[in-house]
Amino acid sequence: MNNVLQIVWLIPLLPLIGFLINGLGRNNLSKTLTGIIGSGVILASFLISVYVFFSVKGGNTHVAHYFDFINTTSLKVGFDLQIDQLSSLFLLIITGVGFLIHVYSTSYMHEEPSKDFAKYFSYLNLFVFSMLLLVMGGNYIIMFIGWEGVGLCSYLLIGFWFKNNNFNNAAKKAFIMNRIGDLGFLLAVFWLLSKLGTADYHEVFASVSKLSAFDITGITMLLFVGATGKSAQIPLYTWLPDAMAGPTPVSALIHAATMVTAGIYMIARSNILFTMAPATQSVIAIVGIATAILAATIALKQNDIKKVLAYSTVSQLGYMFLALGVGAYTGAVFHVMTHAFFKALLFLGAGSVIHAMGGEQDMRNMGGLKKYMSITHITFLLGCLAIAGMPPFSGFFSKDEILAGAFAKSPLLWGVGVLGALMTAFYMFRLYAMTFLGNFRGTHDQEHHLHESPAAITFPLIVLAILAVIGGWIGIPEFMLHGGHRLEAFLEPIFSQSNVIAAKHVVSHTTEYMLMGISVGGALIALLYAWNKFSKYEKTGVEETGIGKVLANKWYVDELYDAIIVKPLQSLATAFNNVVEKNIIDGFVNGVGKAVNYGSRQIRLIQSGQIGTYVLLMVFGILILFIIQLFL
Amino acid sequence: MFGNDITIPHLLIFFPLVAGLVTFFIKKDATVRAWSLFSVIVTLFISIASLYYSNDAALSGLTFNYEWLKYLGCSFSVSLDGMGRLLTFLTAFSFPLIFVATYRNSYKNSKMFYGLMLLSQAGLMGVFLSTDALLFYFFWELALIPVYFLCSFWGGEKRIAATFKFFIYTFTGSLLMLIGIIYVYLHTAATPFADHSFSLQAFRAVNFMPSQQNWLFWLFFIAFAIKMPIFPFHTWQPDTYEQSPTAVTMVLSGVMVKMGVFGVIRWLVPLFPEAVAKFDNVVIGISVIGMIYASLIAIKQDDLKRLVAYSSIAHIGLICAAIFTTQQMAFEGVMIQMFSHGINIIGLWIVIDLIEKQTGTRKISQLGGVAHKAPVLTVMLVVIAFANIALPLTNAFVGEFMMFGGLFKFNGWYAAVAGLSIILAAVYTLSMVQKVFYGEANSITASMQEIALNEKIILSVIVVAIFMVGVYPQPFFELTKDTVAAVITRFK
Repeated sequence: MNNVLQIVWLIPLLPLIGFLINGLGRNNLSKTLTGIIGSGVILASFLISVYVFFSVKGGNTHVAHYFDFINTTSLKVGFDLQIDQLSSLFLLIITGVGFLIHVYSTSYMHEEPSKDFAKYFSYLNLFVFSMLLLVMGGNYIIMFIGWEGVGLCSYLLIGFWFKNNNFNNAAKKAFIMNRIGDLGFLLAVFWLLSKLGTADYHEVFASVSKLSAFDITGITMLLFVGATGKSAQIPLYTWLPDAMAGPTPVSALIHAATMVTAGIYMIARSNILFTMAPATQSVIAIVGIATAILAATIALKQNDIKKVLAYSTVSQLGYMFLALGVGAYTGAVFHVMTHAFFKALLFLGAGSVIHAMGGEQDMRNMGGLKKYMSITHITFLLGCLAIAGMPPFSGFFSKDEILAGAFAKSPLLWGVGVLGALMTAFYMFRLYAMTFLGNFRGTHDQEHHLHESPAAITFPLIVLAILAVIGGWIGIPEFMLHGGHRLEAFLEPIFSQSNVIAAKHVVSHTTEYMLMGISVGGALIALLYAWNKFSKYEKTGVEETGIGKVLANKWYVDELYDAIIVKPLQSLATAFNNVVEKNIIDGFVNGVGKAVNYGSRQIRLIQSGQIGTYVLLMVFGILILFIIQLFL
Repeated sequence: MFGNDITIPHLLIFFPLVAGLVTFFIKKDATVRAWSLFSVIVTLFISIASLYYSNDAALSGLTFNYEWLKYLGCSFSVSLDGMGRLLTFLTAFSFPLIFVATYRNSYKNSKMFYGLMLLSQAGLMGVFLSTDALLFYFFWELALIPVYFLCSFWGGEKRIAATFKFFIYTFTGSLLMLIGIIYVYLHTAATPFADHSFSLQAFRAVNFMPSQQNWLFWLFFIAFAIKMPIFPFHTWQPDTYEQSPTAVTMVLSGVMVKMGVFGVIRWLVPLFPEAVAKFDNVVIGISVIGMIYASLIAIKQDDLKRLVAYSSIAHIGLICAAIFTTQQMAFEGVMIQMFSHGINIIGLWIVIDLIEKQTGTRKISQLGGVAHKAPVLTVMLVVIAFANIALPLTNAFVGEFMMFGGLFKFNGWYAAVAGLSIILAAVYTLSMVQKVFYGEANSITASMQEIALNEKIILSVIVVAIFMVGVYPQPFFELTKDTVAAVITRFK
């Protein structure tokens, strides 16, 4: 066993230990200690991840087998952890961004009673543990353990303030929506098991040729269903915007570093299966771009600062799926990374704002915060520029790569993608301008309390802002800088099998520059327009009408689901409970009982005590026996 | 003497039997409780010893025969194979949990109550150990009859109606099975002393025509289907669970439903393999329908006991469907799931009982905010509830995963439809957790307190068992490997 394998198990184990200490000791630990333990274990995992990262730079893959999870005649599942380029990159994102969120939380959650504070950190650690298991698992079953684990943790954290029933509803919705996706994932695993008898990545990817086209398409479609649940794509995206019910750092964790990237990771991990299923790829590209646009339109009209960010996450995830669908796997992973930086930054920035505003989340009551919170303001602005795809910020490179990949597949996909990018720039700078520019529109009380957040909050903002600015530089397109795309070279071993099958579309340099120019130029115009318009925003109290109202109400998708799925299911359950169960089945059972009762009451009448009747009946009986004997 | 005349299987049956009979003559309530608890703990140790012997070649099989009704071809023969060890261990493990968790419950005429409970335990042990059909039938009834009394004397308001329904259902099933047993018996070969034999081996040796198998199958199947129960033979269960005293409900749901599953695997499947193959789609079909049906009804329940009852029907439906796929993987899953289901459902009943004892109600609509008042209870419940819906790394995941896997292999569509119950299970479980435990406390729950130490310990034992089996299920697979292999060969 080499050095790396001797320590990789510590990466998930440390957060698990943190979970246990904080969870079991929640009544006794001080807040300081809780915070140190909670953040410390993640930091330690991060440091090990860095070490691991450098050990796989040369293209190595390590698989560590710890024990047999299941070992029977029919099924062998090892408790295996796999370390390669893809998982080590995700490890860095999860533990790195995760650590910053933990540090931020020590300040953000400080007003909670120490018991709840410890509970919060234990959940947070468990969340990181699940996510680490998800990306480190060496087979689909270990991945599934983490997969459901993050679903559980999101449930616990979204419903963290469990006295509030709306929060509980959001938590429940997240879990159930995820479970719908999980069923797809499970069925795909069963399909793999029944055809190949294994769920190990190595064995599956090595024997894809044994699968028929139908099998591959079916398996990948089901896996994609799983991904739509976890990564919030149409039709299962509605849980994510509601998930902001949890504490703001949790939103940052769910939206940026963990959970939602699980679907992308899983598809990137299984890239060879997807490359061999062009039909599934087309579906993914279409669902991805449709989600990107749908969510972007909704974000245009939201007034809750976290809601805008939530829909922007859904939209950005749509771009990542677009990338996966067009086979630009590196682009998808690249965007996962840059998005983790700027979205964590934006959510934590929003948290800083909400903190300063005393819990207020409605942007209509904000404005002019620039002069009160300079660090939050500057870092937030950098995040907005990154997500809007302005060069040379990180989002520019990753988004450009996705759009270029889409153009190679179909100019239409590219066109719609650019439209989405314009909307992104618009709603993000609407958010920025409404929050930080113009005049303050809140109450005097609030204005009095406005202040910059403490260091535990601003430090993560600064680190993330730096990453949001420079994070894209590891993926500078080849035509701009020769050997600039370090990330692609790094991830090459993961996608090599797919690259052999699917030849890369090459677009000429002039075209690339032109496409880039159009998307950046368009986004810049949208940005400036929003900046100009919303820095002068005043509260009007006028209700939205027409299309604006539809967008503000999120296209009424929740209401639609309620009408076509939830209500009918409830009615069916009621019908089963009241009619089938009580009347038909129990009616039959009780009917049999009553019939026996009735029959015995009638037969009892024969027992009249008159010898004559008895004799007569006896004679009849004998006659019948005779007849049977004679004729049968 | 030990090892030849008296062996572990005998101790497992006779110790609770004698202990139960002794209980009837103890006068003081406190002594009754202490004595019964002592007795079930001794039984647990005997059972643990049986697990210890599992790899000992000298004792492998642990089979012993006594002459009993020799001229009828019947013998007192008992045997411990892997599945037998698993289920006797479940029985032996459950009773101490139940007795400790309900230690503070007081029953009028407690010597009768505990005596009957112990007799029932003896009957259960006998069911899982017998390798003689008549003996099996005898113990089957021995396990059930005490339950009729327990439910009708110590049950809730509508106990008489519920017991009556339970009695009619199970008795109908038993009689059908008896007819089946006699019919098969009449076709067995002669022994040196008798014209026919009741032994399991003799039963298996009979080669029935497919036409005979076709109707014999149903005689046995209906008996077991009622006991499990699966849709549409299930309506006794919610009523009985609701009306029985909680300790009895725990025995019924945790252990007794396994009698039905056990019966199918031990008696039905090996005897009529061709009929099993012929009717697989019918049985799997109704099982899968039952899973969805019961899960949907569970959403609509307001009584916690009825909710768990319907949830159990859904879970047992999966077990039944898995058996009839006759897939190796499914059988392996069934084995471990029989144990896990027992542990989890007993855990749920304990939590429900604790809530009812403090608040006097089981109505979901009347409860709320328990989490503030009893955080430890809530943590335990949440773990058990998530185990019940088979979250990975809890005990039920492995079993359900393998059963679904086997079902998928048999036919992907069944797995897809049955899989909807995974989602519905999340719906009813999370709704229950939300309404009972979260939110603000109300007037009923305001006076609730944290649970006592003995209750914490018992729930911790269950939680630890949930994770142990969930993280490292391998010992269970090793234990039941031979049983599964033996069953599977009937289909090759």
